[in-house]
Amino acid sequence: MINIYFFKLASFLYCLATLSYSAYIFFLKEGLSKVATRLVTLGFAFHTLAFLTRLIEAGYTPVTNLHESLSFFAWMIIGILLIANLKYKIKVLGAFLTSIALIFMIFAFALPKEILPLAPVLRSVWHPFHVLFAFLGNAIFTLAFCCGVIYLIQEHQLKKKKMGAIVKRLPSLKVLDDLNYQALKFGFPLLTLGIITGAVWAEYAWGRYWGWDPKETWSLITWFLYAAMLHQRLTVGWRGRKAAIMAIVGFMSVLFTFLGVNLILPGLHTYSQWEP
Amino acid sequence: MLDLVIIGLNHKTAPIDIREKLAFPEKEIEKALTEAHSLPSVKETMILSTCNRVEIYAISQEVETSIQQLKDFLSRYHHLTLNLLEKYLYVYTGEQAVKHIFRVASSLDSMVLGEPQILGQIKAAYTLSAETKTSGFILHRLLHRAFSVAKRVRTETQIGDNAVSVSSVAVELAEKIFGNLDQRTVLLIGAGEMSELAARHLLSAGVQKIWVTNRSFDRALSLASEFHGEAIPFEDLYRGLKKVDIVISATDSPHYLIEKERMVKVMKERKQKPLFFIDIADPRDIAPEVGDLENIYLYNLDDLQKVANENRKGREQEAQKAEVIVEEEVAKFVRWYKSLEITPTIIALKKKCEEIRKKELEKLLSLYPHLSEKERRSLEAMTSAIVNKILHDPFVRLKQKDEEALSDIYVDALRTLFQLPETVSTEEQEEG
Repeated sequence: MINIYFFKLASFLYCLATLSYSAYIFFLKEGLSKVATRLVTLGFAFHTLAFLTRLIEAGYTPVTNLHESLSFFAWMIIGILLIANLKYKIKVLGAFLTSIALIFMIFAFALPKEILPLAPVLRSVWHPFHVLFAFLGNAIFTLAFCCGVIYLIQEHQLKKKKMGAIVKRLPSLKVLDDLNYQALKFGFPLLTLGIITGAVWAEYAWGRYWGWDPKETWSLITWFLYAAMLHQRLTVGWRGRKAAIMAIVGFMSVLFTFLGVNLILPGLHTYSQWEP
Repeated sequence: MLDLVIIGLNHKTAPIDIREKLAFPEKEIEKALTEAHSLPSVKETMILSTCNRVEIYAISQEVETSIQQLKDFLSRYHHLTLNLLEKYLYVYTGEQAVKHIFRVASSLDSMVLGEPQILGQIKAAYTLSAETKTSGFILHRLLHRAFSVAKRVRTETQIGDNAVSVSSVAVELAEKIFGNLDQRTVLLIGAGEMSELAARHLLSAGVQKIWVTNRSFDRALSLASEFHGEAIPFEDLYRGLKKVDIVISATDSPHYLIEKERMVKVMKERKQKPLFFIDIADPRDIAPEVGDLENIYLYNLDDLQKVANENRKGREQEAQKAEVIVEEEVAKFVRWYKSLEITPTIIALKKKCEEIRKKELEKLLSLYPHLSEKERRSLEAMTSAIVNKILHDPFVRLKQKDEEALSDIYVDALRTLFQLPETVSTEEQEEG
C-alpha cells in the first residue's frame, strides 16, 4: 500500500501549499508564493508517484471508485494549476485551486482505499481514455470556476469604487476573463471527447452507446451549458460578468454530474457495489 | 573628528521662487561642486538640486566654520543676500544630518510622501560628486547606506504602493480593468489641465493611441498632435466610443453628453468589450446611470480624488513604520561612524593583542612549570616588546593629524581586518 503513503504525503504538501498561498495573499511577500509553488510542484510529483504505484499494485488504471476518482480529479487540478502558472502569474488562483484539490484529497482520504479486483465492465481500453478526458476537462472547468469567482469579487469592488486591499490583491478583469475563455476553449473539446469515448466504452460494456443513465443525462446537460457559453461568447460577446457566472453554473453542473449523481441518483456509474 | 553638515531648503521652508533661484542648473552642478569643494573647511561635498529642494552635503573638520563658508558660498553663487537666505535655510549636523539624508532618500521628506523619483535624483547627485571626486570615503559610505535604507523602506513598508494622485489612480484602475495597457486606446473629449494630465499618465503607462475630439475641431487637431494621436469630429463621438477602451471626458457642456440608452446600443456594437469612463467635467459629462451598465466602469473626479486621499492616508501610516526603520539605521550608521575615532581604535587593538599575548604566554608557561622567575619575566618582556613593535608603526601613522581624511580609511580597515567591535564606550569617546 505504498501508494497510500505517497497519497498522504501529497495531501500534506497541498495543505502546506494552501497555507503558503494564503499567507502570500495576506502579507504580499513574494517569497511566500515561491515557496507555495515549490510545495505544490513537489506535492504533484508525489501525487504522480501515488498514481503510478497504485496502477502497478492494482494492475489497472486506478480510477474505478470514489477514492480514486477524487484523487485523480485533484491530481488533474494541480496539473492544470502548474500549467496555468507557466503563462499567467496569478497567485490568488493558486490559493483557490490548491484548496479545492485539498478538499477532494481529504474526502478521498476518508473513503475506503482498498484495491479491489477490477469489475468486468471497467475492463476496456476505452475506460482510461474516457476518464482522462473527462477529468482533464473537469479540472480545466475548475480553473474557469475559480476565475469566475475571483472575477465577480473584483468586478464588484471596481463597480462599487472600492480601491482597497482586495482590488490590489486580485488580478485584472481582463486576465481573469481571458483565462476563463481559454479554459472554455480547451475544456469544451475535452468534455466532448470524454462523452464520446464514454459512449464507445458503453457500447463495449453494455451493448449500447447511450442509455439515458443519470450520469449520461447530466453530462449532456453540462455539455449543453458549456456549448451555450461558447456560442454566446462568440456571437453576442457574453464576456466578463456573464461569462463568470456561466463558468460558476457550469462547474456546479460538473460537480453534480461527478458527485451528485454518484451519491444521490442510482445508475450504472454509481459503482455502489464496491462501496461498503 | 570629521562631522557631517547639511545646509539646504525645501518645499516646506521656502516658496517656489526662492527654490528656483537657489536651484543649480544641471550643467552647472559640476562647477558648483568643485567650487564648494575648494572651501578650506570642506573635505567632501555633494549637491542635491531638485525642484523641491536644494541641499549641500559636506564633511568638515570645523563644523561652525564650514556652515558659514557654505552659506557664503550659496549667497555668492546665486547673488542673494545672506540675510534673505538665512530665513529659508535649515542646517543639520551630526546625527540629525544622517537622519535627514536617510529620510530624504526614503522619500519621507518629500512633498508627495513615498514618491519614487527622489531616490533616483540622490543617486544622480551622488554619482556626479563621485565622478568629480568631491565626495570621499565618508560620503560614499553614507550615501550607500542611504540607498539601502531607502530600499528597506520600500520593501518593508507599503509607502509607495498605492497611487496618490488623480491621474495615477486612473492608471491603476485602467490596469485593474484591462491588465496590460499597451493594446488599449483612449478617447479624450474636451480639454483641460487635469484631463490632459491623465491622458499623459496613460500614455506613459503604455497606452497605444489617443483619439481627441472637441467642439472646436482646430483645438482637437492641436491637442491630437501634442499626444501624437488623431482628432475626430465632435459629431462622431459615438463612433469613437465604439472603438476605444478608455474615455476621459472634460467638456464644459451644461448637460450630459453621454446617456445610458445610447450606451446600451454602443455596448452591443462593441460586443460588450469593457469601457472605462473617467468623467473629469463639472458639471458631469456622463450620466451616472451609465455606470450601472455591465462592462462599463465609470469614475468621476470625486471618486478618483477619494481613492487618492485614502491612499495618501495609508501612506502616512506606512511612513510611521518607515521612521522606525530610519531611526534604527541612523543608530547603526552613527555607531560605525564613531568607531572611526582613532584613540578608541588604538585602545581596542592594543587590548586585543594584549589578550592574545597573555593567553599564549600562559599556555607556554603551563607547559614549562619549572622555569625560574627571571626566565618568566624575560619571556613576558620579550612578548610585550614584539606586540609593541608590531603596533608601533601603524599607530604613529594613525596619529598623524594632517592625514585625518585618510586615517578614517585606515581605522575602518583596522576595525574590519582585526574584527574589532564597533561599540565605543562614552569614556573612550571623551578621550578621543
